[in-house]
Amino acid sequence: MATLTYRDALNQALREEMQRDPNVFLMGEEVGVYQGAYKVSRGLLEEFGPKRVVDTPIAELGFAGIGVGAAMGGLRPVVEFMTWNFALLALDQIVNSAAKMRYMSGGQISMPIVFRGPNGAALQLSSQHSQAWESWLAHIPGLKVVAPATPADAKGLLKSAIRDNNPVIVLEGEMLYNVKGEVPDGEHIVPIGRADIKREGNDVTLVCHSKTLSVALKAAEQLAQDNVSAEVLDLRSLRPIDAAAILDSVRKTNRAVVVEEGWPHSGIGAQIVDIIQRDGFDDLDAPVQRVTQADVPMPYNKLLERAAKASPEKVVAAARKVLYLDA
Amino acid sequence: MTATARAAKDTAQSELHLRMLRQMLLIRRFEEKAAEAYALGKIGGFCHLYIGQEAVGVGALAALRDDDYVICSYREHGQALIKGIPANAVMAELFGKATGCSKGKGGSMHLFDAKRGFMGGHGIVGGHVPLGAGLAFASKYKGSDQVCVCFFGEAAVNIGAFHETLNMASVWKLPIIFLCENNRYGMGTAFERVAAVTDIVEHACSYDMAAELVDGMNALTVYDATRRAVERARKHSHPTLLEVRTYRFMGHSMSDPLHGVYRTKDEVEEQKARDPITQLAAKLKDDGVLEQAALDALDAEVHAEIEDAVKFADDSPDPDPDELFTDVLVD
Repeated sequence: MATLTYRDALNQALREEMQRDPNVFLMGEEVGVYQGAYKVSRGLLEEFGPKRVVDTPIAELGFAGIGVGAAMGGLRPVVEFMTWNFALLALDQIVNSAAKMRYMSGGQISMPIVFRGPNGAALQLSSQHSQAWESWLAHIPGLKVVAPATPADAKGLLKSAIRDNNPVIVLEGEMLYNVKGEVPDGEHIVPIGRADIKREGNDVTLVCHSKTLSVALKAAEQLAQDNVSAEVLDLRSLRPIDAAAILDSVRKTNRAVVVEEGWPHSGIGAQIVDIIQRDGFDDLDAPVQRVTQADVPMPYNKLLERAAKASPEKVVAAARKVLYLDA
Repeated sequence: MTATARAAKDTAQSELHLRMLRQMLLIRRFEEKAAEAYALGKIGGFCHLYIGQEAVGVGALAALRDDDYVICSYREHGQALIKGIPANAVMAELFGKATGCSKGKGGSMHLFDAKRGFMGGHGIVGGHVPLGAGLAFASKYKGSDQVCVCFFGEAAVNIGAFHETLNMASVWKLPIIFLCENNRYGMGTAFERVAAVTDIVEHACSYDMAAELVDGMNALTVYDATRRAVERARKHSHPTLLEVRTYRFMGHSMSDPLHGVYRTKDEVEEQKARDPITQLAAKLKDDGVLEQAALDALDAEVHAEIEDAVKFADDSPDPDPDELFTDVLVD
């Protein structure tokens, strides 16, 4: 096991997959000469040349569409968005072209493309740069969506995404790039669609993904001090979603809190609550609680920003609520 | 050139012209039948006919190799037929049948035949322009000399995707022909009412790209211009913008009127006098390679082919109910 940052784990995945398959190429803003806005593509231009590490103009709609067309032509593009906030400009290509090509062509055209980049809030970037888009993207049939939280999962899921013959959205965490963790040596693949228990527990299930894993783990630590044993379930994939893992955990704990970076209305958590109420109703001892970003655009002020985000304290409070500890 | 060589060349050219005439007739009769079937409720949704614009698709595709890519907007029945999708499979797709070229899942706006390089009809104005450049990108990446022709209407020129794509196609020297079919109206809006620059070829200057203004009512001029653009793409990997001026004789889609508030009946009639089929037939008669009897026979033959296509589509089964859930993802 090597200890790597999330950034370097992604870099390894890209390098290994580009070495493995000459049809894999990377395109996006600043991916080449600049080495990546977040240095995820460091060294790739030098190793693979400008044919396979393609610097684009700031034209998300255009280059996302060129990526989709290149996939139609038999290549395996990895399209990097500097952040998912900018990818809104490319949604027509992601939703109307990539996600639908196979279906509306009657199965003739596969779409082996990856759209990746940082998602969610960083620090004090204010309203337009601090957004989590997973519920928008996971809504779309024809897409797969993953959101790794650890370096090992980042590497394994990006490799799976690149090898997948479907369009895969890889939501990276802007605040996770420097996070270090152990990554298995050699070929390391994480299958899409499988959740992972990051901490075992018996009293309450904390369902999380991406950056909210660290929030949930901190909350679990705090809960342990009160002799509450929380299980932390990292979804890793949001479409397909591992409903069985969620239900298995709730069957054991009978209580759940869903933590996410996005807004509450129509969020990913709402989908998870739906899964639990529909197929795990009899296992529940309390209504499921959700911890989300406040239902407002992200403010710039540090204190307001902190108040808007999901936090361990909010998760602890929600867990105590489902455990009726404060009643 | 010897007399024999010249004669051989003339014969080859006459054959090409006759083939193009037949292709235009095929599209015309296909579209007329589609309009009938639409009125009978056999075709649903949106259905955009190509009547009046046949010379554009036929002229351009005559300049391509079989393995070249073609990608279109939702007004693509004509190009689909000429790229080689059998009329049966196109009509069956319009009817939503399992035997359609997209298995009944795409419909009029989403005809596909990837094996023949027909990479679809696409329904969002201008949205497929970058896809065309992506196909050209793939061709260049793989070292193939396939080129891509991307057809779109003049209204797409006001879309950001058009400009972003032309810029990248020029920077990356992609083997693509951006073929703008300027039929003067985006649905019911005259182009000059919504475009600051009405000579679309001029946009090529912004992107340092070769461009030509082409008479789209004449299949032979479209063929010649596309041939030059294809050579530029295939031999030198340079993109071209063609503005091909044409006119649709029908409404924007089957649910729209032929004329009315946005264009006059007189204007439509005036344009119909420039009918591209009549023009080419007249030229071939002048050249002495076509007689009226032969034209009638050709038309009858095409008619029969389309009648067969309608029968085939009518007789074909609907998709199996299980098809609802297939083709969303590859396993």
